[in-house]
Amino acid sequence: MSRTNDMTIKLGGEAGQGVESSGAGFLKAMVRGGLYCYGLQDYQSRIRGGHNYYQIRVSSKPLFSWSSDVHVLMAFDDESLYAHPQEIVPGGAIIFDEGLKYDKSRVEAGHTKMMPVPLYKLALEIGGDKVMANTVALGVTSGITGYDFEKMADVIRQNFRRKGEKVIAANLGVAEAGYRYGLDNFAADFEFKLEAIPNAPKRMALHAHQAFCMGALAAGCRFNSAYPMTPGTSVIEWMTAKANKFDVLTKQTEDELSAILMAIGAAQAGMRALTNTSGGGFSLMVEALGLAGMTEIPLVIVDAQRGGPSTGLPTKTEQSDLAFVTSAGHGEFPRAVLAPGSVQEAFEAGWRAFNLAEKYQMPVLVLTDMMLSTSIETLDPEQIDFSKVEIDRGDMVSNAELDALADSWAYKRHAVTESGVSPRALPGHPNSVYITTGDEHSPDGLITEDPATRVAQMEKRMRKMESALATTIKPLLYGPAEADVTVIGWGSTYGAIRQAVDAMNAAGESVNFLHYVDVWPFPVQETEEAFAKMKFSICIEQNFTGQFARLLRAETGLRANAQVLRYDGHPYTEEDAVAFIRRAVAEKDKPHNVIRYQVPVNSGNRQGYAPSNGHSNGAHGSGTSQGQINNNNLNTNSTASLYDLKEEVKA
Amino acid sequence: MTDTAIRPDSSGLTLMTKVDMKTFQTTEKSTWCAGCGDFGILASIKQALVGLNLAPHQVMFFSGIGCGSKLPHYMHVSALNTIHGRALPVATGFKLANHNMKVVAITGDGDGYGIGMGHLAHTMRRNPDITHIVENNQVYGLTKGQYSPTSGHGYISTTSPEGSIEVSVNPLALGMAMGASFLARSFSSDPKHLASIIMKAMTHKGYALVDVLQPCVTYNHVNTNEWYKSRVYKVEDLPNYDPTNRQMAYERAQEWGDRIPMGVIYADPDRPTYEDQVPLLQKGTLLELSEKAMRKDYDYESLKNEYM
Repeated sequence: MSRTNDMTIKLGGEAGQGVESSGAGFLKAMVRGGLYCYGLQDYQSRIRGGHNYYQIRVSSKPLFSWSSDVHVLMAFDDESLYAHPQEIVPGGAIIFDEGLKYDKSRVEAGHTKMMPVPLYKLALEIGGDKVMANTVALGVTSGITGYDFEKMADVIRQNFRRKGEKVIAANLGVAEAGYRYGLDNFAADFEFKLEAIPNAPKRMALHAHQAFCMGALAAGCRFNSAYPMTPGTSVIEWMTAKANKFDVLTKQTEDELSAILMAIGAAQAGMRALTNTSGGGFSLMVEALGLAGMTEIPLVIVDAQRGGPSTGLPTKTEQSDLAFVTSAGHGEFPRAVLAPGSVQEAFEAGWRAFNLAEKYQMPVLVLTDMMLSTSIETLDPEQIDFSKVEIDRGDMVSNAELDALADSWAYKRHAVTESGVSPRALPGHPNSVYITTGDEHSPDGLITEDPATRVAQMEKRMRKMESALATTIKPLLYGPAEADVTVIGWGSTYGAIRQAVDAMNAAGESVNFLHYVDVWPFPVQETEEAFAKMKFSICIEQNFTGQFARLLRAETGLRANAQVLRYDGHPYTEEDAVAFIRRAVAEKDKPHNVIRYQVPVNSGNRQGYAPSNGHSNGAHGSGTSQGQINNNNLNTNSTASLYDLKEEVKA
Repeated sequence: MTDTAIRPDSSGLTLMTKVDMKTFQTTEKSTWCAGCGDFGILASIKQALVGLNLAPHQVMFFSGIGCGSKLPHYMHVSALNTIHGRALPVATGFKLANHNMKVVAITGDGDGYGIGMGHLAHTMRRNPDITHIVENNQVYGLTKGQYSPTSGHGYISTTSPEGSIEVSVNPLALGMAMGASFLARSFSSDPKHLASIIMKAMTHKGYALVDVLQPCVTYNHVNTNEWYKSRVYKVEDLPNYDPTNRQMAYERAQEWGDRIPMGVIYADPDRPTYEDQVPLLQKGTLLELSEKAMRKDYDYESLKNEYM
């Protein structure tokens, strides 16, 4: 394993201690040094207190996922010391304030380098404020890893530029003091290093919601209504921040009902309208979703999933709204569901969603989640490619065409067509006078219960699902065209699975990966073709019931050989994915094997990450996970840990 | 076709020919019972549109669910017949997108004052330029006679056989509390008065509530046409009544029982609308602005800088 430019840095502390903001700043400093970073945020549903952390994985190669292994832990409270020591690799370090009182027996494993630093003292003496202790710690990290201090200084100057020279000078001072302290006291004895790459190209560090919004904006979306709900809120906050420069109208509403209804009203006027929420808010929106389906009003809805049901896990991740969004609403109506799995896919979903919505005059749902919407990926600027953004509004009736109509009675909003798409005219033109309704209606939008008209309209609407399949993205095969093992995933598991597949193929195993971005309408034909080539398939997802696997079976009758499921609120790491794939392969003979992630019982770790079974050697893709997995196939309930399993496999 | 040809031509909003009652005439047969108050309301709305010389394409109607919410089906106008209780937010979204069009929402009492109460209260304080006509017959008609939010205390129905226990909703007093800028009441059996009130409401800049008393001849045998007729009076007939005086308005808004006030109870002509307070919308309609977006007339590339 490389000792340079391949590590994870973790900051842990209470809410309000600046864990996220200082972590994001350090991440930027590394990206500017030409390194690829993946930033993972974990916080609790509270403003102060609790245990929060920010984790930065850094590499000289592109990253799509986080890792279980931690090389530097900056602990700003004793809770952070207790929660994470098991994750520290041999030779890794814990940086903490020298005055912090803690229970040594719970923290100090023999292989961890304890680095007490006068964080608060330096912050107070040099910067004049204890609040800068986290900047001192980042300086120490820079010092022990040997990372170019100027890169960090640049980011400090930029981040505090609006606060004036005095604040900049104070922060630079404490950072440098930390840097010196680390360099002088610990650097010689710390083997993991960071090295900026000379003449590094400019790269971007951003999360999926930021990228999604860029795509939506470039697609002409200028209306966004929403009610605040974590983790969906960052969409309307981003749009609002850009409102003045890009002429966007955003509206915070009294509830999610009003949020989707306002978007429907704006869309009926002719806007490309967006609303965003999380699963609980989407539950409220469902009534109006059917209205959009029935009246054929285009609309884009972001459901940023979190742990459910009910209030569930407000700040944790899950993929458990898939079955809900693909069928939400009474009755039947067309819709599309997109599940981007990376920042770049989120950008593309941002503009593609509006084209799909307008082309097929239906609601389009975009599923993101807590993990995707807060995790920072490093991208080359070309990956956010505005030149590729197309605006396709579908079959719309122009003013000239309306002028040519005989009178204001001639236009039929719901005309029956072969594609199912009725040419759409916007209200406001003298010859575009029509009513439409959530009741079943005739081609001219009037309420009807006539069976023949009902059947014609129902079939017309549902034909749009078939037509839409021409535009949706089909499942993407990553890795070798044929392999012994095929992993099937959708949405945000993309990063962990992709990295696991790379690591396993590099280790001589034969694995590929079928990734679904657009999950509805379901790509039946392409799925059948892909299955024909599969030798052994494993469906990995982040929910209890295997919602994608169920969809797969319902739509194609096909069944993955094994399923891996996790619902503890935390995303799969690369190592988790590797371990689960190997476990599923090892248990090949078990029919319909369902493997569930199980939180280690004796870890004493409320977060649920830490292993109870000793530490791996930290080699990426070497196949040891820090979590346990549990085989919960029918009546068996094995609690064998992965570590044990690996021994079994070897034997 | 080009993108620029899609937005409705706003020059069409300047009316060339005069409209009359026939302009709004349709052949669609209504589902209303003979003697229903909705007939009078429909006629008054048409009369108001003629009075204001508004053509069918210049007004966008929104309605909810209920007998009265079918009203836009029986006249030739642009309309979106939404779902129960939800007309106001849809109307607001439309208005924010295209404030060149007049927007009217039509709901019943169950729809507007019951299931849609949350949206009602927030629309009142938000003050978009929307006229809201509530067909208030104090009963659920389309579901066949259950008590409604405005049914009187003790009202007997299929779901309140021993009489409704709840105090009825007072929409005008609610409007005063929520900061509504225009509150009026009229009566379906006085179409001339009703038409004049609707015209005033549609001329008012901001959210305007018209609470229309109407009989339900089939299900409400308490609040009949005669019941209303013997109680209503017009505030404009009161000496010195000033609807811009909040104290006077509060007093009349509370009045219900032996005497029921009609007319413009409260009006604040100076309160700015929601749209007026959005600087962006002073440049034009959002729809017009979005055309620039469809042509990609913005520097999207600059968005990347923040993340580098």
